[in-house]
Amino acid sequence: MADHAPTHAASTEVAVDHHGAGVMHEHPTWSTYWKVAVILTAITAIEVWVYYIPNFVHSRAFVPLLLFMSAVKFAIVVLFYMHLKYDHRLFRALFTGPLIVAMVTITALLFLFGKLAARV
Amino acid sequence: MTSVPIGAAPAIGDAHDPHATSTGLDNKKIAIWAFIGSECMLFASLISTYLIYKGRSKVGPFPHEVWTDPMTGQHMKAILNIPVTSASTFVLLMSSLAMVLALAAVQHKNVPKRTTSERILGSSQLWLLMTAALGMTFLGFQAYEFTSFVHEGLSIRTNLFGSSFFTLTGFHGAHVTAGVIWLLTLFAIDRKRGLGPRDEVNVDIAALYWHFVDVVWIAIFTLVYLIQ
Repeated sequence: MADHAPTHAASTEVAVDHHGAGVMHEHPTWSTYWKVAVILTAITAIEVWVYYIPNFVHSRAFVPLLLFMSAVKFAIVVLFYMHLKYDHRLFRALFTGPLIVAMVTITALLFLFGKLAARV
Repeated sequence: MTSVPIGAAPAIGDAHDPHATSTGLDNKKIAIWAFIGSECMLFASLISTYLIYKGRSKVGPFPHEVWTDPMTGQHMKAILNIPVTSASTFVLLMSSLAMVLALAAVQHKNVPKRTTSERILGSSQLWLLMTAALGMTFLGFQAYEFTSFVHEGLSIRTNLFGSSFFTLTGFHGAHVTAGVIWLLTLFAIDRKRGLGPRDEVNVDIAALYWHFVDVVWIAIFTLVYLIQ
């Protein structure tokens, strides 16, 4: 097993060979993890804040904005905390393939049961 | 991203390596990603069931609307408690941070720690225990929420909202419980013999599972709690 390079607080990424797998990847450092946590917290705070604005809750922008912020949080965790941004493309395919199937299934079922029909 | 072709280093692809794989990748990581992929579809089915049944309950309590029981005249407020759930969401997000710090600590176990902050950041036991504790805190919030719902008249048999809500969040809670047990097992191993770079893949797959539980909650929090 290859030893890992020591972390460098100043840099944002370090190269790591996963378990001697022969694939060199850049990994986020501790400072990147903390920054990601701050961003996730900030987005969550905004989500809850907009929930308590009655005029905005009844506007057309409310649901799309919440879905967008949720998708951003989802992507940040998957890319940085689950290292998918830095990992092998096979892992990306194993995750994004079923995720796409899942999202298409949800959308299709919502159309089928008339949940999205009123908005089209 | 820098990606050197798989044949560049011989470790896993080496014919003499008993753990050699045809892909050059660790089988355990491939398995956990395939498992996570299948879990995506499980939770998609639960989320779509909740969304389809949303707004179709004949009797209350309802998630976001006040309801008056015509039989008793009893007023029931909107049952979802957003402040409490926001706090539990924050706890789960912080547990993901603790988990990546635990993994980084295991990966860099052999790197000398000179300052106090480096020693804290490099303590895998601290971060594993912190992650498990935050997970248990989240479960405590969920137990409080479920109990208060039952006291307010919403059980899994009350209406379509109750059935789909308890099934979805209950499944998620069961996943968190499994994750906490997994983390405590890793903590016990770390206490007993110490986790180091050779254990990286074992901690990594636990971390991937834990982060997946987190991203599922990110979706549930928005779709179930915030969107009215």
